[in-house]
Amino acid sequence: MSAMAALFQNPDLQYALWAFVKIFIILNGMLGIVSYLIYVERKVAGHMQARVGPNRVGPLGLLQPIADVGKLFLKEEFIPAEANKVIFHLAPIIAVVPALVTFSVIPFGPAPFFVTDVNVGLLVFLAMSSLGVYAITLGGWSSNNKYALLGGLRSSAQMVSYELAMGLSTIGVLLIANSLSLGAIVAQQSKFWHLGPLAIPSWNLFFQPVAFVVFMITALAETNRAPFDLPEAEAELVAGFHTEYSSMKFGLFFLGEFMNVISISCIAVTLFLGGWSGPGPASLGILWFMLKLFVLLFFFIWIRWTYPRLRYDQLMNLGWKVLLPIALANVLVTALLVFWGILP
Amino acid sequence: MIQALFVALSAIAVVSSLLVILHRNPVTSALFLVVSFCSLAGIYLLQHAEFLFAVQIIVYAGAIMVLFLFVIMYLNLKSDVETGVQIAVRRGIGWLVGAVLAAEGLWLMARHWAPGPTSLQPAADTDNTRAVGQLLYTRYLFPFEITSLILLAAMVGVIVMARGRGHASRGEER
Amino acid sequence: MIPLSWPLALSAALFVIGAVGVLVRRNALVIFMSVELMLNAGNLAFVSFARQMNSLDGQIFVFFVMTVAAAEVAVGLAIIVNLFRLRETVFVDEVNLLKG
Repeated sequence: MSAMAALFQNPDLQYALWAFVKIFIILNGMLGIVSYLIYVERKVAGHMQARVGPNRVGPLGLLQPIADVGKLFLKEEFIPAEANKVIFHLAPIIAVVPALVTFSVIPFGPAPFFVTDVNVGLLVFLAMSSLGVYAITLGGWSSNNKYALLGGLRSSAQMVSYELAMGLSTIGVLLIANSLSLGAIVAQQSKFWHLGPLAIPSWNLFFQPVAFVVFMITALAETNRAPFDLPEAEAELVAGFHTEYSSMKFGLFFLGEFMNVISISCIAVTLFLGGWSGPGPASLGILWFMLKLFVLLFFFIWIRWTYPRLRYDQLMNLGWKVLLPIALANVLVTALLVFWGILP
Repeated sequence: MIQALFVALSAIAVVSSLLVILHRNPVTSALFLVVSFCSLAGIYLLQHAEFLFAVQIIVYAGAIMVLFLFVIMYLNLKSDVETGVQIAVRRGIGWLVGAVLAAEGLWLMARHWAPGPTSLQPAADTDNTRAVGQLLYTRYLFPFEITSLILLAAMVGVIVMARGRGHASRGEER
Repeated sequence: MIPLSWPLALSAALFVIGAVGVLVRRNALVIFMSVELMLNAGNLAFVSFARQMNSLDGQIFVFFVMTVAAAEVAVGLAIIVNLFRLRETVFVDEVNLLKG
């Protein structure tokens, strides 16, 4: 027994256990948010289309996600005959894991509300979004179905193209904050910018508006959402890369897509909207973070049900010929302004 | 603790590299190579190279291997068929040369030519990315600019090669 | 502290595995992947020496190696795709029209 007590005094082990508890809380919290995000999307979509969304299951349809999960678990799962079994099973897992890893570097609030603050936090986010490309590529290829393969290849080309513009748009933020660590970026946005009697929080939304717009558009393309969801377009490619997926594997792809949406929104809040900083004591930080996060998530849902889908060549045109030069110009202008001392 | 992590990551790297060259299906080889790259990235992190850890995953695992997978899927390659005496003879010679290389490496290691840990103290806790950036843009500025020229040349070369001959007018119709 | 010989041994092992891959496999793409493995083995040696000597020059070189490897992969894959268009094969021992 005293050996166990001595073991617990080990600081490495304590750190690991504390991190494990935080990860457990964040994981379950995010899973809960994802399932209710799907419900909110269906409700909002319904109201935008002049109908009421799901309202049968439970009061106001609030138990709909639970019914959905139950249905997905109970559906028959079949695997196409010629499919590559291992990769077929692996692809939905790869869809979810990088998005979850991103949550470990996001500062949800001050001191104990984040798992870790690595000093290359922004690069970890970019690395995980690069790894997310594999899920769709492998899912499309392993299904042994030409529609799925086309959807997978289109999607991987799209995601790789928009990653460039996304990375470049975050460089402006990096120049202003002078650090890659997400905690330092939030700390830089906690200050106020005084314009006479007016005190505006120094959010990067005001200092880097172009980068914010570019980041949000590329975030839509990276998560394969709305106007950029040709790879999973129902009317075009049967169901794109997840044609052959059923039951919980499809559920995992769906979950992975929304998890990606939430993680990119969390990063956008951290980089551009000031993270957890807001009026009032710092311990309210996590509530401010959640509020900003929900605003961005509503924005994602709103865009999906408002705009028509972009054709694939229009999509690639936008990524390479419009967003990439704009992001590069933004880096140049920001660098000049920081060098001349105009921007903080 | 760090040593245990290093041993675990290097075991993963070696096993997945072996599976890269042993597996018949090129897609599986590519995926094992991705695993190998990610474990190497972990080892870079243990060697206090945080910027390289992130860049390894972004560039190698996230871009280069995606390109490989793209080409393999585009060419619709099935598993390799490796039967026949000539091929087996060539394979045997290949393994023999590899064994000779491995023996050389082991012999060098056994003679302890690689030094152990030095008495140098690790540098002060400056941000690795900041230090790499400062070095890259002052002392290594010229190679940095040359690298951008290399990338430009590669991009132009790939576009010219991918278009093929006689397709020059096809791009202007849109 | 990790003694220097450990990552160097790993680098040597990966290099040998990559070299064997180049010699043994017929598929041009797998040969290319083995070349990438050898490049990574070199990168690992650079990084571990940079840690040992407490200088960052090794990490800068890794940066350049990665960039050149990316450019080389792009060009090499374009060549392989063109080869496939012409000869319908990616096996390097079937591209032997100049033989004899």
